[in-house]
Formats: sequence, C-alpha cells, structure tokens
Amino acid sequence: MTKTQKRNVSGVFKNIYIYLVFLFLYLPIFYVIIFSFNTSKMNIVFENFTFEWYGTFFKNRPLMEALTNTLIIGILSTIVSTIIGTIGAIGLNKYRFKGRRIIDKLLYIPIVIPEVVLGIALLSIYSALSIPLGIVSITLSHITFSIPFVVITVRARLAGFDKFLEEAAMDLGANRVVTFWRVTLPIIMPGVLSGAMLAFSLSIDDVVISFFTSGPGSTTLPLKIFSMVKTGVTPEVNALSTVIMLITIIIIIINTLFQVKKLKANKV
Amino acid sequence: MNNKKKTNLPLIVTVGPVSTWMILLVAIPFIYVFAMSFMNKGAYGGVVIGFTLNNFKQVFDPLYLKVFGESFLISAFATIICIIIAYPFTYFIAQKSNIKKTIFMAMVIVPFLVSSLIRLFGWINLLRKDGILNSMLLKLGLIHEPLQLVYNTTGVMIGLVYMLLPFMILPLYSSIEKLDKSLLEACNDLGAKPIISFLRVTLPLTMPGIFAGSILVFIPALGYFFVTDLLGGNKTQVIGNVIRTQFITARNWPLGSAISIFLIVITLILVWLYQKSGGNMDDLGGV
Repeated sequence: MTKTQKRNVSGVFKNIYIYLVFLFLYLPIFYVIIFSFNTSKMNIVFENFTFEWYGTFFKNRPLMEALTNTLIIGILSTIVSTIIGTIGAIGLNKYRFKGRRIIDKLLYIPIVIPEVVLGIALLSIYSALSIPLGIVSITLSHITFSIPFVVITVRARLAGFDKFLEEAAMDLGANRVVTFWRVTLPIIMPGVLSGAMLAFSLSIDDVVISFFTSGPGSTTLPLKIFSMVKTGVTPEVNALSTVIMLITIIIIIINTLFQVKKLKANKV
Repeated sequence: MNNKKKTNLPLIVTVGPVSTWMILLVAIPFIYVFAMSFMNKGAYGGVVIGFTLNNFKQVFDPLYLKVFGESFLISAFATIICIIIAYPFTYFIAQKSNIKKTIFMAMVIVPFLVSSLIRLFGWINLLRKDGILNSMLLKLGLIHEPLQLVYNTTGVMIGLVYMLLPFMILPLYSSIEKLDKSLLEACNDLGAKPIISFLRVTLPLTMPGIFAGSILVFIPALGYFFVTDLLGGNKTQVIGNVIRTQFITARNWPLGSAISIFLIVITLILVWLYQKSGGNMDDLGGV
C-alpha cells in the first residue's frame, strides 16, 4: 500500500469509530422517537404508525402537572442562580477578603460531591428547620447546585476581561452601577447566558436532588418518569420527550450554526 | 469611617448573596450531616441527640464493606471503559476541521438535553431479552439464546458508561485540542515512530484531561442510585443505593449520615489527589 492509500484507510477507520460512538450516544434517543409513533401501548414491537400520543399527552393531567412543576422550578432556579452567581463571580474575581478561599471551596462542594449526599444533606436541614417539602424546597435545592456552575462559567469569561475598560468608564464619570450595566455585563454576557443554560438544563433533568427534596404534589417530570420506568412508560411520555427534545435540538442547531458562521467569518 | 463604608458596600452587594447562600444551604447542611453521624437513631425515624461511634462501626460491617467494594469496582470499571471509548474518539475529532469539530462537539452535548431517565428507559428496551438488540443478534445467528444484558451488572455498566461518557469526552477533548501540534511534528522529524511519539508526548500532555474526566466519571458513579435501580434489577448496588435506603426506607438517618461522611471523605481524597497532580478545579465544572 502506498502512503496515501494508507492514510485513506486510516481516515475511513477513524470516521467509522466516530460514528460508532455517536450511534451509542443516540441509539436510545432514536428508540424513544420511533416508539412515540407506535400504536401499541407496549414498548416492545412497533405495530403501526400514529400521531395519537402527541394529541393525548396534553390531556394527561398528572403528566402536565409534572411538566408545569418542572418548568416553574427550572425557570425560577435559573433566574435566581444566574443573578447570584454572576454578581458573585464578579465580586470573587475583583475583591480580596477574609474567607474568600472558604467560599471558593464551598462552591466546589456541589460540583464534586455525589448528588445523593447533597440531596440527603438538604433533606436533613429542611426537616430540622421544618421547611415543608414541595416546590419551594426543590427550587431552593436547584438554586444551590446551580450557583457554582454559573460562577465557574462567568469566571471563565472574566478571566479574559480587560480591567482598564471598567476603570476608563469610571474615569469618564460613570458610577459603579452604570459601569456594571453598560460595560461589564455586555462583555461577560456570553458567559452569563451559557451559565444560565447550564443551570436550566441541570434543573429540568435533575433526578437525585429532587428525589430527596420533593413532597406530595410537587412531582417533577424526571421523578414522574422515574416512577413510570419501573412500571412501564407510556408512549405519551415518549411523545412528550420527543417534543422537548425537538425544541432543545432546534436551539442547539441555531447556536451551532451561529458558531460555524463565526468560524467561517474568521477564516476570511 | 465614611471611607470604609464606601469600599465595603460593593463587596457586600456582590459577594454577600453567594456567600450567604453557600453557607446556609451547603456548609450548614453538611455540618448537620456530620453531627448526625454521631447521634442515635430515634424510635420512629429522626435523630436523638447524643454521642456515639456506633454508626461508624456499622459502616465497617462486612455487609456494607462488600457493597462499597463492589461499588468501587463498578466505578473503576466504568471509568476505564469511558477512557477507552473517549480517548480515540476525541483524538480523531481533534484532527478534523474547525467547523466539523464544532458540529461534532455540539452532537456530543445534544443527548445530554434529553431526559436522562428517558434515555435509560430506551436502553432497557433495547437490551431486554425480547428487545431489539437480542432479536437482531438471534436473527444474524450470532447467538442461539437471548443474552441477559439488563437487570444485572452488565446493564448497570452500560447505563453508567452511557450516562457519564460525555463527562469524559469534554475534558479530554479540551486537553487534546490544546496539544501543540508542532511537538508531534518535531517527534516525526526526529524519526520517532507514531506509537513512540504518542506514548512519550501526546499521552503525558493529555493526562490532565484524563484525570479530570476520571474524577467526573468515578465519583458520580458511586452515587447514581437510579441507574442501578433501573438497570440493575436489585442485584447490583452502589453506595448511593445504601444511603438512599437508610434515609428513605430504613429511616436510620444517623447511619445514612455516617455512610455519607465516608463517601465525602473518599471524594475529598480523590479531589486532593487530582489537585496534587496539577488538576484545575474549574475544569471539573466547565461542562
């Protein structure tokens, strides 16, 4: 074999390997999509094609309640954790104070400690303080594990931040609030947005922390699915998951196209 | 006085909320769990204030030690499989054009955004005895009897690797991406065989990615009780299952706390080793 032939063969092998790993990652997702169109309620054989489940999941009260809870908790915890995390990251980046290292260490705890431990710790403290388990306790918990991720993503953005811009704004007479609003925030916005997206996706998919901190009547979608997986997931859940997936995939495609466009523009 | 106030206000406004939140809902709950681990169990759940080392004695009961040992083995095995799958994958992707790289990495993240339970449910159906995988293998004549791929340790392993693989891919990718290509060219120019330049240059330089990925796979795998619940068929348990059982069904919170402390100590040791080997903590949360 010549050298170019050899290179072609190894190129083909590399592509096959890449697509096999993607197959592994996407196989169960394809399964869910396909079976959301299945007439049979059993998820074993594909009988006939139907859109029925896409119409009925809206009428499934418990499922819709769980979805509403998930969205309320997800939106609330994203807003609060993004605000606290963003201004916290700015402060931690800018100021040196006593106890800074302790706060820094505390922020890593929810990231590295297994979720189950954070779950039981929060459950214990809620029960000690007689905080009832429900939407409020789940939201507080989600904010707790989201803040560190927001701080880290915003801080990464702040690392490349030119401090002189802030100083220039202040020299020109802007106060701290105006400087933050008009100079700092626009620059770190990409970090804030990706932090918020991370917080939201962590919240809507959380099983473990919600498992310990939810109460009767505050079931989230993942918890609902968790209880259903054991007894049997209905095609309605497959349909709902497909819809949610479609929305997120569209967002990601738009985001990726945007990045690709930027890369192409940089090339020219 | 006035001057001091002026310098303190921005600090309080920015760092105040995050510090208060982390102290109230991270530091205090963990201190409380630590305290509970030395208390006695109440007759109807709950805790009785007192001091005992009994809970920790129970943690080292052979029954629990066996579960812990198995849990470590499962985690270690899942971590190794993730490295084996993710390393060539990220290495090959890093050789692609910038546009392809962006698209491929976005494709790694997409499955993340589908409910993890739904994806695990998909796996259960694919792996079942009457599932697609078994019927395909039967039709191809590769096997004569359906394989038991789920509701046992194999199922748990597939579930864990599946759930945690992206956490290995992402840090590995960023360390392979950063690799200075001119170093490899230099190796080539100096007459090193590809395998030698891989072992002596690429592998050592991408070690931080392997370490970060291993932390992100090994530690969660010790706690993911829902993966064992759904794919393990009551046969396989991880430490997370034991903690869950003590808190929810057995309602022995002091013992559950002691096991949690044990898990925290292990986590801290691993993270300490990671930092010692030059690992950056922010790499663990940038996913």
